[in-house]
Amino acid sequence: MLELKNVSFQAEDGGKEIEILRNINLTIDDRFVAVTGPNGSGKSTLAKIVAGILTPTEGRIFLDGVDITDKSITERAKLGIGFAFQQPVRFKGITVKDILSIAAGKDTAVSEVCGMLSEVGLCARDYVNREINASLSGGELKRIEIAMLMARKTKVSIFDEPEAGIDLWSFQNLIRVFEKMHKETRGAILIISHQERILNIADQIVLLADGRIEKVGTREEIMPFLLGTGQPCRTLTDKL
Amino acid sequence: MDAIQQELLEQVAGLHEVPEGAYNIRANGEMAGRNTTANIDITTKEDCPGIDIRIKPGTKSESVHIPVVLSQSGLKESVYNDFFVGEDCDVTIVAGCGIHNGGAAASAHSGIHRFFVEENAKVRYVEKHYGSGDGSGERIMNPTTEIHLAKGASLEMETVQIKGIDSTVRVTKAEVEEGASLVIKEKIMTHGKQYAETDFTVDMAGADSSVNLISRSVAKERSCQIFRSRIVGDAPCHGHSECDAIIMDEASVSAIPELTANHIDANLIHEAAIGKIAGEQLIKLMTLGLSEKEAEEQIVKGFLK
Repeated sequence: MLELKNVSFQAEDGGKEIEILRNINLTIDDRFVAVTGPNGSGKSTLAKIVAGILTPTEGRIFLDGVDITDKSITERAKLGIGFAFQQPVRFKGITVKDILSIAAGKDTAVSEVCGMLSEVGLCARDYVNREINASLSGGELKRIEIAMLMARKTKVSIFDEPEAGIDLWSFQNLIRVFEKMHKETRGAILIISHQERILNIADQIVLLADGRIEKVGTREEIMPFLLGTGQPCRTLTDKL
Repeated sequence: MDAIQQELLEQVAGLHEVPEGAYNIRANGEMAGRNTTANIDITTKEDCPGIDIRIKPGTKSESVHIPVVLSQSGLKESVYNDFFVGEDCDVTIVAGCGIHNGGAAASAHSGIHRFFVEENAKVRYVEKHYGSGDGSGERIMNPTTEIHLAKGASLEMETVQIKGIDSTVRVTKAEVEEGASLVIKEKIMTHGKQYAETDFTVDMAGADSSVNLISRSVAKERSCQIFRSRIVGDAPCHGHSECDAIIMDEASVSAIPELTANHIDANLIHEAAIGKIAGEQLIKLMTLGLSEKEAEEQIVKGFLK
């Protein structure tokens, strides 16, 4: 269970303090939790704060009741927090097999790597020994990024816009990946997304706007609101 | 050969025992072993230290190992080795030098290698430099490589210096004739107060000649690296050089490329990038459970692989 208590985050821009997140209180205990909201609402910042990449200006974060606010990125990773970046990182010389072995925390057999890659829709034979460098497309990197989190088997897995850049691969597959991950880890899967089809599988939807939690609820409660029957957020409805 | 020399031999040539095929092992300035084959002859030079290696035209899939090991502190030597590779050969040449310095005096090896590669011959040349020993004496290596590629010949050189060399000035000069191609892949890592300088000069003299220089290096602590390349195109040709360096701690790296086109169809490109390890790379690996130091090691290891 992941808890955020009174979490705020301020950043400086041109000598001015801007509030990016304001007093976030959130408990994540469900299978699939979707975080949505317009661009600039603070979704990615929230994910980075949970992973330890950013330090909140105020508030505390708890994982299974343990305060992890002062723990480093590495310590949090070891405690069971996983994070798939919105923009995957490239590495010269590190192969797909290398990175999946690092993610799994052990030297992974080629057959295992193949299994993980085919789950994310990549033909393993072509990718196992490929370097994670500029020769891979954005969509390929994104799939490898997802495979890394599958390899980690974490308690809380955060995906920042996993669907971005994945075109020919059906959402159905992506959703199957999430379901399989949950079956294996029994952990919470937190997905930052604008995609209606992903929001539709969420047990809980968190709507962020302007750095605050606008609404939290089941998809039955939140979806009509997002789709215009409530007070819609313009940017989001345009997207949907 | 003693245990230290055996260890050096393994580091520079990957040899556990006597290699197959032709070889010449030089240990502390003396010949420690030699084997010639029907196609590959090795003879000692008479006017200066060194050997001549002659490979008969048409020799295929054979290899020559000529490792050098120095374990006597204070030894300084210059060795001249000439390779004559006949037409249509396809061979692998493995050179390399290991210095173990357990004393206070500087040990130095300067290997001057000249390659005369005849028409349509193909050579893979592997060179590794390695230093060990806890003595305060410096381990110095100054390799010079001169390459002459005749029409249609090709040479691929892999040169690696990962550990233990305090000071190195590596000079490589090449002349590339019509349709010939040269590929050089260099990997260097320096630490402590080490100094490494590489200096390439390649002259593409013939039509459709090509050269590709790829240098990857990591400079740690207070070490200093200089990369210099001069590529001259006198004919329709393709020249590419690439210097990619990771800088860490208080190190210093300079890249000084020079391209000269003397023909309208000479295509010359240089790319140079020097920078520290990207913060996002470290963060990504840390989110996978590595410490910052482990993440750095993985990135450097991959980069120099």
